[in-house]
Amino acid sequence: MTEQPVHRLLGMTDGEYESVVGILERPPMPAELAMYSVMWSEHCSYKSSRKHLGRFPTEAPWVVVGPGENAGVVDLGDGWLAALRIESHNHPSFVEPYQGAATGVGGILRDVFTMGARPIALWDQIRFGPLDNPKNRYLLNGVVGGIAGYGNAVGVPTVGGEIEFDAGYTGNPLVNVMCLGILKREQLVLGTAGTAGTMAVLLGKATGRDGIGGASVLASASFDEESGAKRPSVQVGDPFEEKKLIEACLELYEKQLVVGVQDLGAAGLSCATSEPAGRAGVGMEVDLDQVHTRESGMTAPELLMSESQERMMAFVAPDKVDEVLAIANKWEIEAAVVGEVKAGGTLRITHQGEVVAELPAASLADNAPLYDRPARRPDWLDEIQGRPGPDISSREPADLLRDLLDDPAIGSSAWIHEQYDHMLFLNTVVGPGSDGSLLRVRGTDKGLAVSTDGNGRLCFLEPRNGSARLVYEAALNVAVTGARPMAVVDNLNFGNPEKPEVMWQFKESVEGISEACEALGIPVVGGNVSFYNETDSVDINPTPVVGLLGLADPMPQNPPRLSRATEGMELWLVGPEASENLAGTAVQRLLDDRPGGIPTAPDPDIAPSVIALAIALAHAAPVLHDISDGGLAVAAAEISIASGIGVGIEVPAAEMFSEDPHRFLVGVAPGSIGPAKLARKVGVFGGGEIVINGSSLALDTAASTYRDALRRRMR
Amino acid sequence: MTTAVVVFPGTNCEHDVVSAITGLGGSARLVWHRETDLEGYDSVILPGGFAHGDALRTGAIARFSPIMGPVARFADEGMPVVGICNGFQVLCEAGLLPGALIANRDLSFICRYVDVEITDTATVLTNNGEPGQRLRIPLNSYEGNWVSPDGEGRVVVRYADDPNGSTDRAAAVANAAGNVVGIMPHPERATDPLLGSTDGEVFLRSFLSSLVPA
Repeated sequence: MTEQPVHRLLGMTDGEYESVVGILERPPMPAELAMYSVMWSEHCSYKSSRKHLGRFPTEAPWVVVGPGENAGVVDLGDGWLAALRIESHNHPSFVEPYQGAATGVGGILRDVFTMGARPIALWDQIRFGPLDNPKNRYLLNGVVGGIAGYGNAVGVPTVGGEIEFDAGYTGNPLVNVMCLGILKREQLVLGTAGTAGTMAVLLGKATGRDGIGGASVLASASFDEESGAKRPSVQVGDPFEEKKLIEACLELYEKQLVVGVQDLGAAGLSCATSEPAGRAGVGMEVDLDQVHTRESGMTAPELLMSESQERMMAFVAPDKVDEVLAIANKWEIEAAVVGEVKAGGTLRITHQGEVVAELPAASLADNAPLYDRPARRPDWLDEIQGRPGPDISSREPADLLRDLLDDPAIGSSAWIHEQYDHMLFLNTVVGPGSDGSLLRVRGTDKGLAVSTDGNGRLCFLEPRNGSARLVYEAALNVAVTGARPMAVVDNLNFGNPEKPEVMWQFKESVEGISEACEALGIPVVGGNVSFYNETDSVDINPTPVVGLLGLADPMPQNPPRLSRATEGMELWLVGPEASENLAGTAVQRLLDDRPGGIPTAPDPDIAPSVIALAIALAHAAPVLHDISDGGLAVAAAEISIASGIGVGIEVPAAEMFSEDPHRFLVGVAPGSIGPAKLARKVGVFGGGEIVINGSSLALDTAASTYRDALRRRMR
Repeated sequence: MTTAVVVFPGTNCEHDVVSAITGLGGSARLVWHRETDLEGYDSVILPGGFAHGDALRTGAIARFSPIMGPVARFADEGMPVVGICNGFQVLCEAGLLPGALIANRDLSFICRYVDVEITDTATVLTNNGEPGQRLRIPLNSYEGNWVSPDGEGRVVVRYADDPNGSTDRAAAVANAAGNVVGIMPHPERATDPLLGSTDGEVFLRSFLSSLVPA
């Protein structure tokens, strides 16, 4: 093996190294090189995606903090704000599923409570290869265990999420997590270092060698057979330390003791010193000897790159430092004054009496490389889009429905969500297993709804329309709880951006999300990009995940629930007529070996009126349910199963399994609504069978199939 | 007439308990685990969560917290002392209730509604209920499996169906006097129809009605 220059071992290109030499006007010292390598990694700098992320609409009157801070913040009215953020922990979760997923939860929580908010709920979006492969069962088990182990113990409920299975995720599972927090307006804190004289106080767990280079080595590179050797780069989580850190920070905010706060996630101290200083246009002096460590003999580059979890940097006026240290002591967390803000913009770091780094603080963020990578529509896409859709004419509808209910991505998620505390804080009005989650905001009449949606196959077939449909689906999911769509965060999971085909998928996806957000008048307030999701040079399906926040003000007094259908109730369908197109649907993944065709395009003109209808109906109708995976048949069956009552449905054949967008079901007492432009009656509840176009499935069979779909595969 | 709701580092149900108690007309305040007396309080609830991170085993460190001295004296004096979930585990570790709580039979965290049945109404947590009364409240635990190797302990609430392997399907256990009770499911989570059940109020009203005016 030939000797590699150090910068390449740290994941830097020769060109990037030359830029560093240009900024410093000299070769970097080892600690400086370490800092640039992590801060300029794909994960931290968004160097391949930044150029395109500017496309997102980010403005609305209710946006308080847009993209670029630790989390987006929106105004809920009456002095209340919500903070939201989504993140991925894909690569760490493949290397070590329990800790990878656990530390993903820890990281997203810090992003949210860094803003001054109390985190009130989590949603996880997880994707694996098929469960007949024991490796995938091991990964799912580990990831769910990690989310449960961390989320439950840290005391933040996991109230929903989604799951998808596809062979493409076998070597590269996706583990995304979204967090929502709420705060009073006066508690908002930003990631700023403040003015000269402000002291930097490092709070939380002692720094160790775990997670060194996590951002550059794991999150920004592709996988191969030797990925196991990267295990030392995975961080280890401690939810108890995080719990104490949350409570301590919330007390600091309440007592207005901090000027700014920055969490230590990817890039650790390098990021938590340079970013707040860069944002504030100041410099800082940092003494690494003051950093509390749990291993002896750590070098300056190790201290600066460590991604040890459960740490925060608080910027505190000098006369408040003692009070901050006393609160840290009360909550039994360690704290140390490690630096002081200086005028001028230079970040100077000393270790054992020597200056180990002296660089422009802002250069780590502002001078990060920016790539305009070539993008090209894949040659193979025409062939795939030209394939015929699945043929269901020879299938008995009831058999098809039973097989769909047995799909582990469609069947009950109870095996997962019963491992999560989803009830803590007494806010969970509509919890896991429904369209969107609905949380009440106590002390107000408001409710917050969240839906997270992804669909790799849809986006593989048509990245632009597929991505747009995710936004429309999430918007309808919150609307059926009575909430008005308000803001989006996105997690863009893609393959290797150095391939023009992947870059094209990425650009198309950004365009699709942007178009849909514009049509609905909602901003993107934050997001995350995860590239290099490839194993042995095979890329995953493009998998953007949209997390959408809606506000119900007031919240419906008795919100619709899947379980509220009763004997004699009518089932109505609201939305445009379905096409015969089954491209990208659950039926296709059941019947065809490979996806094909062009999925039905969304309709930006009709979407807002369908959403408005859903919001209005949510205040009156007992049952509302979005039509998505598995179409009308599955949506109606889910209501039947939850309510314990059969249903009879008659619709045109194309309508039964179509997943065309902008359609939802309503269950109402007979005579309460009449035919309208977008609404038609499709069935009646009653009896002990689900009868679809004359084809019958016993409710008991449907229910047990649905309940066991995931559980039986994980035994 | 104020209930002390004890907060250890890692406790997370304290606010839910306070809001459920005050919602039923009671009065409750948070008491930090380093406090050394319970002056001004007439009852104690140890709420759910992960006291001291469940280090070593659940409740093993919490029993040494300074507040546990006064809690033990309260228990001896016949004052109402209730532990919910992690609080139940702490009471067992502290020797205020018999038995111990070990991992669920299926080695999996369980968060879902369960049906329980009141079997003994002579306690501070069940005196408003009827013998045989069925109630539906959320369970939320990993170490919820109560074992009592030497057969000690009064089982006062039973699971209708055994979710976790507990001896005698125990969901709640009391001391001989009935003033110290540990319950594994969460009554405070079932106090609002909007959230799915108000059955937990039977337990909390029992608790409030057992408080003796000073």
